[in-house]
Amino acid sequence: MNLDAVIFIISAIVAVLGASMMIFQRNPVMAVLSFMVSLLAQAVLYIQLDALFLGAVLIIVYAGAVLVLFLFVIMLLNLRTTKELGPSSSLMRHLGKYFLSFLLIMEFVFIIKSSFFKGASLVGVMNMKPEGFGTVTSVATLLFTKYLYPFELTSILILVAIVGAVVMARKDKNIDRPTENKLGKN
Amino acid sequence: MDLTSASINFSIIYPEISLLIAAALILVSVFHKSANRIAPYIALIGIVVSIAMIFKQWGHQESGFFGMITCDSFGVTFKLIFDVTALLSLLIAHRYMISKGINRPEFYALLLISTMGMMVMANTTDLIVIFLGLEIMSVPLYVMAGFAKRSLWSSEAGIKYFIMGAFASSFLLMGIAFIYGASSTTDLRRIVADFHFIMSNSPAYMLTGMALILVGFGFKIGAVPFHSWVPDVYEGAPTPVTAFFSVGPKAAGIAALLRIFIFGFANVMMLSTVFWVLAVLTMSVGNILALKQNNIKRLLAYSSIAHAGYILVALTVGGNDAISAAIFYLVAYIMFNLGAFAVVTLMETRSGCKSDFSELVGLAKVHPYLAAVLTLFMFALAGFPPTAGFFGKFYIFSAAIKSGYIWLAVIGMLNSFLSVYYYLRVVKTSYFDSSDKSFIPVKYSLSIIIVLVITVIGTLGIGLFPQQFLNWSQSALFAFL
Amino acid sequence: MLEIVIASSIKVIIVVIAVLTGCAYATYMERKLVAHFQHRIGPLYAGPYGLLQPMADAVKLIFKEDIVPDKVERYTYALAPVISFIPAMLIFAVIPFGKDTSVFGYGIKMVLSDLNIAVLFIFAITSLGIYGIILGGWSSGSKYSLMGGLRSSAQMISYEVSYGLSIIGVILIANTLSLRELVNQQASDSIWFFSHWYVWRQPLGFLLYLTCAIAETNRAPFDLPEAESELVGGYHTEYSSMRFSMFFIGEYANMLAVSAVGATLFFGGWQGPFVNTIPLLGIVWFVLKVFLFMFFYIWLRATFPRFRYDQLMNFGWKILLPLALFNTMLTSLLVALKVI
Repeated sequence: MNLDAVIFIISAIVAVLGASMMIFQRNPVMAVLSFMVSLLAQAVLYIQLDALFLGAVLIIVYAGAVLVLFLFVIMLLNLRTTKELGPSSSLMRHLGKYFLSFLLIMEFVFIIKSSFFKGASLVGVMNMKPEGFGTVTSVATLLFTKYLYPFELTSILILVAIVGAVVMARKDKNIDRPTENKLGKN
Repeated sequence: MDLTSASINFSIIYPEISLLIAAALILVSVFHKSANRIAPYIALIGIVVSIAMIFKQWGHQESGFFGMITCDSFGVTFKLIFDVTALLSLLIAHRYMISKGINRPEFYALLLISTMGMMVMANTTDLIVIFLGLEIMSVPLYVMAGFAKRSLWSSEAGIKYFIMGAFASSFLLMGIAFIYGASSTTDLRRIVADFHFIMSNSPAYMLTGMALILVGFGFKIGAVPFHSWVPDVYEGAPTPVTAFFSVGPKAAGIAALLRIFIFGFANVMMLSTVFWVLAVLTMSVGNILALKQNNIKRLLAYSSIAHAGYILVALTVGGNDAISAAIFYLVAYIMFNLGAFAVVTLMETRSGCKSDFSELVGLAKVHPYLAAVLTLFMFALAGFPPTAGFFGKFYIFSAAIKSGYIWLAVIGMLNSFLSVYYYLRVVKTSYFDSSDKSFIPVKYSLSIIIVLVITVIGTLGIGLFPQQFLNWSQSALFAFL
Repeated sequence: MLEIVIASSIKVIIVVIAVLTGCAYATYMERKLVAHFQHRIGPLYAGPYGLLQPMADAVKLIFKEDIVPDKVERYTYALAPVISFIPAMLIFAVIPFGKDTSVFGYGIKMVLSDLNIAVLFIFAITSLGIYGIILGGWSSGSKYSLMGGLRSSAQMISYEVSYGLSIIGVILIANTLSLRELVNQQASDSIWFFSHWYVWRQPLGFLLYLTCAIAETNRAPFDLPEAESELVGGYHTEYSSMRFSMFFIGEYANMLAVSAVGATLFFGGWQGPFVNTIPLLGIVWFVLKVFLFMFFYIWLRATFPRFRYDQLMNFGWKILLPLALFNTMLTSLLVALKVI
């Protein structure tokens, strides 16, 4: 077993564990931190695939910006203890969800064991890596030629998201704030 | 990769660009004092220019941006559909926004960008671009649903739609990732070309991916069992936004579904069964739940679910007849559904109206013409001849019968009969019911009258000359994929 | 294989020790300089000229009682100082600090890891530094800490954008993300050894970098997170002993890191006169440049009053960001026209 394999196995395990921890944690801050750990491990996986740029961008965008905003919101809401998330579910619900998860896992085991999952047709792809794969230059070349249209569309998407956020967040001077008793519906 | 000529072809996105420029102008004009007044006109000009550009593209079959855009008859037809929807919604919205005190220029920019997203979605064979188009379409819709910030219902609608929409998008994205994993490309044309090879190599990835994509679009078009958000969002959102919701995203979703599943993965055997179940569930649940509604917006919400079901029948059947019937139905549905919503909007511009049935009482006495128009739309929604609704259903069900889907057609027709009850209840309430409260007269505005005239002409015109219109929708079938 | 591991380990240990020493003496430098700015003398008694003062401080901090308040979130409370400390150290992994040389015929690169996306790596790691502060503030269970954490995270998010954009100018001209390559491009054999430094071609970019770097490291005049008069100690109000000193070292390591990055990007890194004749001179130049930056920091601290919070935000979003965007566009235009 070479070093690459060791690194891969470790980071893969960490990535999956982090992702599962994110779901199982009832403390929101810990969930965010688990997600961050998972992301760091995923970045390692990217870098192992020679996609250095993607790995770095993953950390910059997700760990550096998105998750910080998550933490920010959690802090503003001051979700300190786990009580705010409501009581844990009843026994029946627990049983139900474990039963369903068990079924799902069985299904996956069945699919993997059966010949349904022949290896994907791309096993050879990594061996015929094009020149300069994963470098900033090659990513940029692709972004500005083949993927120009989606790239520009993304900028429109971000623009409209910003506009939307501003519209939603802006205080209207002439608006009477709804009070609690208007909440009742039908 | 061909980096030189023919790779970028700007002329094929002129309709999108003109919408975008109008939106940008509106966003810039926000800083001007009279932005509220000029914004709708900028939007109007943008849409009209866009429609003109579409007519210039008519009949051309082009591809551009390194194959990321395919501008075929199918796509251009849908572009026109989206533009008309946007135009009518804009006209419906204008007076309503003013009367509710939420007439902000950003609304019109969001409307335009959302329409642009739909166009992007319908004019590509690349899954990434479809996803991006879907997001560009949806993000403005989330905001528009919650646009009436002072109304908690609207806010609720916005948040609900946002959460469900984000959820649906993640399904779609996951599905695309699976398909990419199996085929190492996101271009549908290349996937279809190697379909059998990919399918035999990694069927699990392909099927999982397709299922997830179907779920994603199921949410967007409000098919049962992914419909639970529809009534609340339709009820809470400002009525013109609801009008836009009920046709725009639906048409875009149908376009993408057609592109992916009917033109693309047509050879998958299981697919028609899945669509069969979806169609039957969607029609039946929509119609049954609509029976008990006492609010017109909720009623129209459930009715829109049911109509998505009828279109899914066409998708189940597949084949040229059914698809042209689906497009026929979609256009007809846009006409009479937007018409119905225009009437509801007009009623809601009176202060304190919530679109309950009781508010309809006495409509016929005070506004006989409006009552007649509403009746026409209700007849069309129910599928009475000689309206457009009848021929839409007729073509879809006859295509189903021709292809041997007898049971599906029977269930569809039973559903149609069921729907007559609640549509006619609207008519009955406005004509024959009486109450001690007097009907508050509505004030017409020019824009609403234009909408009503267009939709009435559309509903009757399509109904009177169905064959010509069918020929037109058959011409849309010529797709690159 | 084994050779590489041993050589790398030795290098890592040396760099870590050097950075820690640097941090320690940065505090000494700060106290001494600020004292002189204020016509005082500063630490004097521990060793000659008070040079052993950092050691004394370290010993004091280690032997202090570690107080953990009641209402803290245990894990995050313990984790936060470490998180704030490690990213600062990690940045030094990619910074070249001297000309490659050979010892006993064994070639040594004067950089821990010659990454070809080093600049991106620096961004990524810098953006992680915020976690220490935000978690420290949140987990302490104290209002002052929370406010400090909120302020600092908002500040860092706001200034990170301009921080990134300020570097893009250099990258556009250099056409590389590798720090080693960047340093080599700034070499010059003539007597005007500084003529190829990027600071001359990116004056605006440099000023932006300087400003944003100060804000990123939460230093005066942008040190709102720890405004004593309003927030006691800011996000580390509730920390004591070793945990506190971790935050402290983290702050100084961060300052050293941004100084080192600034020196590398804008002032030619270890390049200087005679580096080709005397191999280890590069390190001296590099350290000199870094400490010039540090001097500037301390100078600023002693000179300027603190910003008000809304001024800080307005400055970040309404002045720095447009300027940074302008600089980026101008530079790309000039690069496209082949002017620079």
